Amino acid sequence: MFKEVKVLSKLLNKHAGYVFLIPWLLGFLLLTLIPLVLSFYYSFTDFLMIDEPHFVGLDNYIRMFTTDFHFRDAVRVTLLYVFISVPLQIFASLVLAFILNKSVPGLAGIRAAFYVPSLLGGSVAVAILWRQIFGTNGIFNVLLYSIGLEQFSGISWIADPRYALGSLVVLRVWQFGSPMIIFLAAIKQVPTSYLEAATVDGANSFTRIVKIILPLISPIILFNLVMQIISAFRVFTEAFVISGGDGGVMNSLLVYTIHIYNIGFRQMRMGYASALSWFLVLMVAVFTVLAFIMTKKHVHYDE
Amino acid sequence: MQNEATVSKLNMTPLKESRKTTRNKWIRFFVLVVASVAMLYPLIWMVSSSFKPEETIFQNMGLIPYGFTFENYVVGWASNSVVTFTTYFFNSIKISTLSVIGNLIACSLTAYAFARLNFKFKGLFFSLMMLTMMVPQHATIVPQFIYFTRFGLNNTIIPLVLPRFLAVEGFFIFLIMQFIRGLPRELDEAATIDGCSKYAVFFRVLLPLCKPALITTVIFTFIWSWNDFFTQIIYLREAPMWTVTLGLRLFIDATARSAFGPMFAMSTLSLVPIIILFIFFQKYLVEGVATTGLKG
Repeated sequence: MFKEVKVLSKLLNKHAGYVFLIPWLLGFLLLTLIPLVLSFYYSFTDFLMIDEPHFVGLDNYIRMFTTDFHFRDAVRVTLLYVFISVPLQIFASLVLAFILNKSVPGLAGIRAAFYVPSLLGGSVAVAILWRQIFGTNGIFNVLLYSIGLEQFSGISWIADPRYALGSLVVLRVWQFGSPMIIFLAAIKQVPTSYLEAATVDGANSFTRIVKIILPLISPIILFNLVMQIISAFRVFTEAFVISGGDGGVMNSLLVYTIHIYNIGFRQMRMGYASALSWFLVLMVAVFTVLAFIMTKKHVHYDE
Repeated sequence: MQNEATVSKLNMTPLKESRKTTRNKWIRFFVLVVASVAMLYPLIWMVSSSFKPEETIFQNMGLIPYGFTFENYVVGWASNSVVTFTTYFFNSIKISTLSVIGNLIACSLTAYAFARLNFKFKGLFFSLMMLTMMVPQHATIVPQFIYFTRFGLNNTIIPLVLPRFLAVEGFFIFLIMQFIRGLPRELDEAATIDGCSKYAVFFRVLLPLCKPALITTVIFTFIWSWNDFFTQIIYLREAPMWTVTLGLRLFIDATARSAFGPMFAMSTLSLVPIIILFIFFQKYLVEGVATTGLKG
């Protein structure tokens, strides 16, 4: 009896790797791999949750590009959102990282103030607040009125389809704090000897930033860009709450995930929702790869 | 420290220059303070509005209420529903706490395996783990929803909490793994020579040393599940199961009958736990973001 316990404990110690990996292996299998395969299969069916799925070939994918005009709006709104808000957000975070890198009194407090929006930005509460700020009677219009822009102060920046996406963009740019902290950490890693050498050679601070710091932190810029692109494609809460849950007037806030939610979880059309999900995966993958290819020339890695 | 000393030596310039540098420093400070206040203005305005009498909220942008009242909190808490915010807060705390426990256990176990143990297919598993971080939740949610529904688990907290016990959030695995890699291997070796099994090495030696990474995991997991909306709106269909975020959603439908005061009051309350965590654990949050590039 005692011997068997010993053998078992020896065996357990030898294969400890798999024992520790059990939760992750189960999760990967049951919650990632199998669902991915299943949703790929569903995407070729007319599955409606109540009956059995019937194979319909490429019908779902054809529908996206032919009869589903919500899909077209959703792709347009999402791409606009991603390609306007992410560059602005990254630009703002870089600029502020450079400013905060210089000696500033009370750095910790200012950094905290800039970071708080990143923590709260994804919440329903802030989305609700945004809806009021940019509404017809919101404080944004009060501000416009008080600085003499009366002609614009009657607009609802949420309900007017021409501007609605703008409020969503502002909300993302407002959350520049988290990439800023990553940039700040990266800038601190730049060897001081490089900067000293450049100073001795007569480089001013602008030249030092452009010629030395930016190339050295370029992998981090790419990293932040890719992470923010991925997260921007997934935007849901803000658009859902600001638009009141329906994608807004003339679909002006119908981001892609709201369309998936409408098809899958309001209309329970699981087959079509799966096809839409796979198209999202494809879009994110394509733009991530594109970001790598397009920046290849400008990103320098340590050899 | 040494580097800073060299820099300051290098920057030693005539007095006139130095006075200019000091002036620039304070100009920067002033601009940054104004910018911070502008950034936080919407939040401060919301908090202040939550104490204003309903009819005065939109009359001014100012922060000081004309009249001070707790009425909004009382009305908001009742929530216009069969249940009150007591239920919503209880549900949110339950889900967030269980998520934290799940992530702590599952992610640290996985991280130790990847950081220190050797086994077949380790490279493959590790690549798969990193790859799953890139897969949007939306790609797996449809089949997950179908199966949780088949098992009768729709409208329970299981679909929200169970995944955390199965280490689906690769971010935290990565975070803890990087931390363990930074610990000297001599620790493991010494413990092994003293007769520790691989389990004892993990639980007795490494885990206690991982405290900073574990605290970061706790805080981010709590905040993310507290703010989660997409998964909750899909699974929690009936009011008694609703969380704070789902309870807040009711106010959007009710804005026709002006309920701004109560709405701001409850929105403010919903952010309190996050703000408290931020105040007490700022260092861990900032370091966590800086070292792993987690999205805050």
